Amino acid sequence: MQIFSCPFCGPRDEREFHYVAEAGKTRPDTTQSISDAEWATYLYAQRNEKGAVREVWMHMTCAELFLMERDSVTMEVLRTQGLREGDQ
Amino acid sequence: MTAYSAYRLLREGMRGHSGWGKAWRTPELKSHYDVVIIGGGGHGLATAYYLAKNHGISNVAVLEKGWLGGGNTGRNTTVIRSNYFYPQSAALYDFSVKLYENLSRELNYNVMFSQRGMVVTAHSEPEMEMAARQYNAMRINGVDAELLGPDEVRKIAPILSFRDDVRYPIHGGVFQPRAGTGRHDAVAWGFARAADQLGVDIIQNCEVQGFVMQGGRCVGVQTSLGEVRAGAVGAAVAGHSSVLAQMAGYRLPIHSYALQAFISEPIKPILDTVVLCPPYGTYVSQSDKGGLVIGGGLDRVPSYGQRGNMPMQEAVLGGLCEMMPALAKVKLLRHWAGIVDVTPDSSPILGPSGVDGIYLNCGWGTGGFKSIPAGGYLLAHIIASGEHHELSRPFDLNRFATGHLVDEGAASGIAH
Amino acid sequence: MTSFRADYGGLIDRSRELKFSFDGKPYQGFAGDTLASALLANGVRVVGRSFKYHRPRGVWSAWVDEPNAIMAVTLNGRELPNCLATTTMLEDGMQVRSVNAWPSAAFDLKGGLDIFHRWLCAGFYYKTFIWPNWHMFEPAIRKMAGLGSVSTDVIDDYVSDQIHEHCDVLVVGAGAAGLVAARTAAEAGHKVVLADDHHAPGGSLYQVDRVEGRAPQDWIDEQVTALQAAGGRLLCSSTAFGVYDHGLVGLIECGHFATAPRLWRLRCARVVLATGALDRPMTFADNDKPGVMSLFGAAELLARYGVVPGREIALISNHSLFKNAVQQLESAGAKVRVLEASTTALQARGRKVLSGVSVDGQHYQADALLVSAGLTPLVHLWCHAGGKLQWCEQRQTFLPGAPPAQMTAIGAANGTFDLAAALDEARAAGSGQSASRSDAAVQFTPHWPAPNSTGRQWIDFQHDVTLKDIELAARENYVSVEHLKRYTTLGMAADQGKTSNMAGLAAMATIQGVDIPHVGTTAFRPPFVPVPLEAYHGHHTKSHYHPVKRLVLEPQHRAANAALCEYGGWLRPGWYGSGERDAIIQVEAKMARDSAGILDASPLGKIEVMGPDAEDFVNFVYYNSVGNLKPGHIRYGFMLSESGFVFDDGVISRVDQHKFVISCSSSHVDSVRNHLESWRQDGNDPARIFVHDMTQQWATVTVTGPKAREILASLDLGIDLAADAFPHMTFREADYQASSVRVARVSFTGDTSFEVSIRASRAPLLWNTLLAAAAPLGGGPIGIEALSILRTEKGYIMVGKDMDGETMPHDLGFGGPREKKNTAFVGDRSLHGAMANERDRKTLVGLTVADGAPPLPIGAHAISETSSPRSIGYVTSSYQSPNLGRPVALGLIENGHDRIGESIHIRHREQFRSATIAPVCAFDPQGARLNA
Repeated sequence: MQIFSCPFCGPRDEREFHYVAEAGKTRPDTTQSISDAEWATYLYAQRNEKGAVREVWMHMTCAELFLMERDSVTMEVLRTQGLREGDQ
Repeated sequence: MTAYSAYRLLREGMRGHSGWGKAWRTPELKSHYDVVIIGGGGHGLATAYYLAKNHGISNVAVLEKGWLGGGNTGRNTTVIRSNYFYPQSAALYDFSVKLYENLSRELNYNVMFSQRGMVVTAHSEPEMEMAARQYNAMRINGVDAELLGPDEVRKIAPILSFRDDVRYPIHGGVFQPRAGTGRHDAVAWGFARAADQLGVDIIQNCEVQGFVMQGGRCVGVQTSLGEVRAGAVGAAVAGHSSVLAQMAGYRLPIHSYALQAFISEPIKPILDTVVLCPPYGTYVSQSDKGGLVIGGGLDRVPSYGQRGNMPMQEAVLGGLCEMMPALAKVKLLRHWAGIVDVTPDSSPILGPSGVDGIYLNCGWGTGGFKSIPAGGYLLAHIIASGEHHELSRPFDLNRFATGHLVDEGAASGIAH
Repeated sequence: MTSFRADYGGLIDRSRELKFSFDGKPYQGFAGDTLASALLANGVRVVGRSFKYHRPRGVWSAWVDEPNAIMAVTLNGRELPNCLATTTMLEDGMQVRSVNAWPSAAFDLKGGLDIFHRWLCAGFYYKTFIWPNWHMFEPAIRKMAGLGSVSTDVIDDYVSDQIHEHCDVLVVGAGAAGLVAARTAAEAGHKVVLADDHHAPGGSLYQVDRVEGRAPQDWIDEQVTALQAAGGRLLCSSTAFGVYDHGLVGLIECGHFATAPRLWRLRCARVVLATGALDRPMTFADNDKPGVMSLFGAAELLARYGVVPGREIALISNHSLFKNAVQQLESAGAKVRVLEASTTALQARGRKVLSGVSVDGQHYQADALLVSAGLTPLVHLWCHAGGKLQWCEQRQTFLPGAPPAQMTAIGAANGTFDLAAALDEARAAGSGQSASRSDAAVQFTPHWPAPNSTGRQWIDFQHDVTLKDIELAARENYVSVEHLKRYTTLGMAADQGKTSNMAGLAAMATIQGVDIPHVGTTAFRPPFVPVPLEAYHGHHTKSHYHPVKRLVLEPQHRAANAALCEYGGWLRPGWYGSGERDAIIQVEAKMARDSAGILDASPLGKIEVMGPDAEDFVNFVYYNSVGNLKPGHIRYGFMLSESGFVFDDGVISRVDQHKFVISCSSSHVDSVRNHLESWRQDGNDPARIFVHDMTQQWATVTVTGPKAREILASLDLGIDLAADAFPHMTFREADYQASSVRVARVSFTGDTSFEVSIRASRAPLLWNTLLAAAAPLGGGPIGIEALSILRTEKGYIMVGKDMDGETMPHDLGFGGPREKKNTAFVGDRSLHGAMANERDRKTLVGLTVADGAPPLPIGAHAISETSSPRSIGYVTSSYQSPNLGRPVALGLIENGHDRIGESIHIRHREQFRSATIAPVCAFDPQGARLNA
């Protein structure tokens, strides 16, 4: 059981959380023409870094999304912050 | 190389086994190969073997950063099956089962493929309807299957609980008689020994640290033992596929997750087949040595850490105790985890990477072991001919752009 | 001394005799004995047989490192396989059997296998059994393998408690170092847990005469008293078995025999390992003979249980730490002869059990040979946590190196075998300082296996791995330590190599001519000791396992004799009444069309979306447009994933300009809410949209059928229910008995329907009133099964059932927004990819069968008519329709929309039938009843 710190509720059991996506993905403007490849990149391509990662998670019990920086090898949580705090 | 046989074993037994040669050499890394395969797991070794065997390309190196077979090949739950829904998947995995069926003889190495069958249980009327959908698909795909009622499931796996107070009573299931388990290490070692005999250089403790590019094409790799030039590079590194992709400048639709496996203390035979009970999220078989080999779903957190975490242990082992409460008193001996590469449709990626000269064999997710011979066979075909095999074409990376996903999870009606 | 029990000493209670049997023979032991100590005290030497060769084996050690003494134990009708005799406490009446031996350990019929040993070398099975087929040989091999057999009985009260706790400092091991570290930390004000896997704390202290000038028991009691006075907690019989992420340590606390152990999940800010060290076996000819024992194991057996391992003892060790043990054994009445020998010069003698020792041809009589080839610190938990190891030449072993976060090793676990130095380390660790390791006060002479020597020399006792197996592995190039382990099975037995790994890798190092650290160690994998699976299971069992969600109206349904079944995680009425299921369902489905059916639809999602940007947001998350939806009106729609696949269907009610209620399918409420929240917060301004799940707060009762209006009128809601005043796909708000209700004209049956939603607590009143009104009109409650027939008659899909995960909305006949909607919505671009545009996509159609034919089986496939048929789709819903008097069915069929009227082949379980593709709606296609 890892402990993640929800910026709103504090440290909680990992089972209360849901992985949403890698941080920094922007949805293309679908009212404009987008190539299959661009759309596939948005839908599916992952950085999937080994080491420091930046991800969007949801704390399901409060339903808030937040950013988490952690290490995907050591599982150390480096930082969590609300989606709208600081840069995104 | 010494051929293996009962006769030879008898003879060697009489003289202290002094006549057995090396299973594979420890060659020096050369500066150029026709093909370099990154990853000395089952898929990489099988690719090298089939390149030499089927295509006469034996100037091949397999580069392994640790010890061969040390990744997911040596960490899985050894299930081999082809109980798939879509024709593309069934064709791919059944091809693999067929290769497995002759593999011990082909490699002259007993990989102990034991076809004691696999049952996937159904626990309600709607699940029986889905089981029928699955069963009919398998039969139409030419895969062996039986649709079972509860009594037949009981005959196959009497250790399952059929008591009234179980959470998910058993209504029936789908059985694949030709499914079973193999000895995972032996698959890696058998392919390594056979490839080595055909002239393939297996280089252990050799980490790939970069790609050598020339005019947009990959012409070799940089390794911890120096630079190697290659006519083509095949990448079969499972959970670490994204790490290679980053080095080479392509991106993959892959998340890496830890997948845990468990083995119990050895007990006398109590379970003959592989049993998967979906609502409990757990499957189990019993190894020849007597240990219960237990597996379940992915850990919840994307990870490169090759170790397990408690929530999934409790989910999987707790599920087993519900399925087979008589086994709750059996003791867990060991648990571990491998890093699997999970694609959006949980189907593999075979074929060009998007960077000239680099070919992919990845994305097998939780199903890499059962597909080792097919994965190797097909990647060898693609590298040697520069073209897809009809079995590999549906699994090209390009499917994510066209939308032609091959999503087995979807087939069972589970919406995304 | 009587037999092999000293007259005094140890922690046993000589006043309490316990009876037990071993392999059928009766014996007696004392309270406080382990099975192993009781057997040894009775002079039982052969306690089991080895895994492969069925060699006779005796007790090697006193605790968790025991590789040989594995027993099946029965007590009070409860049987457990594979109990370690050295850690299983003796209880009165235990029937104990050796495993892997028949009829007994002393005389085992398979003992003859040993003469074939020369052919059963490491990995022999990889080289043979290839022709004709592995299946010919496997069954016999399976039967031979495995240790104990497991009873198929379920022990009903075998349920583990699971405890969550946290502490500032966990100290593992209550030996001298652990006790002092824990006491020091507790006295410094920390919340301390001290865990030890023995019944009583003290570790190996009972082996010595004095500790800091005190008798061991007094000293131990003083530490425990001080620890507890400072608020510390001592957990005995508790093994820390694994260290997991973020400071989580798993422990099992064991109780009486065959009771489920308790699982502790202990979150620790800091961990101090005082786990001690284990004796290493010596590798020499016939070193597996019963009577060859661990030096410190024997010392511990004497100290804790008053057991003397032999009367005439020989002893060999590579260090000077044996002197105290010799003194204790001699004062217990044994003769001890200390030998010096290299492993090549040494051989154990005796037919079945040890009778003597040969050293360079010189023979010494002995009934026990105590050996120690050095001490191995127990670093398992250290390595679980990611700590590194470093080789210590002076101590000839691996010691804790670079530490993992928040972990310290002290005492013997840290290579500090000197008591005074260990206590210094403990005080430092207890006060939070990092321990610095002092120089070893003891010298260890390298004493490793000598390859190419004669005789059969065991490395792994339980798995029967010999030095020759290691040599063979090296010869065949299985030289990496993991290959060595896997090829020879070294260290893979139930003891996980606690006794064997070091000798194995030292042998490999010697063969290869490299130093031991160059070979390295295999990974230390949890659990440290085998843990019953039940520990991970606990009370989440039977109805508490994935518990179902329950309806507020469940008592009313039970009163109406409902068959409650699980649908999408909810326990819901499948049908009402106790007669023949299918007949009842037909009657209910007919009643609903002839008069009225009343259905508990409470699990339907009710998620409110509010705020100034609500309209744009709903427009974005739904496939369908809601811009032109007027307040008071309802629209059916789909939610898609970004890949364009249908994720959920439901209706959207617009309450006012800035407020919508989304009704999603009952099994999808949580995922729809998460989906909405994700898009709300990531991509929209969350201050301008609110999402509020009200599903559990509101109950919903649906009245459907031609008499629905009449029945609803009985509620006296003050709403004009006339079709033109209250048309299909609109809703009204009203009061019912001082509770507000929302009445929606939506239909999942194709008949005039009213969905009435009310505060959950008021639902029984509503339900009873509606039923009372329905009864005189011939209406009544209907279950989910009848509803399935009604919706299939109409061609209304059920998400999950009538689609697969690749279904897009245009496959279901809803192509409009895909063509026309000009604002962005989730999944939009995916609806125009190559795959989405394909002509032969599977689309939802109706399927009809010939007159008089039975319904198609659900799950049957449609197949192409080519010579090698392939699947072109499948039957998703299929029922006998009591209202049409014929079967109705829905299916997903390739290009089905363009093939209405075509006949297709249906295959199910090798039977073939034909069916005709039809429009999805089989009942009242003009919708006259719907809008009535």
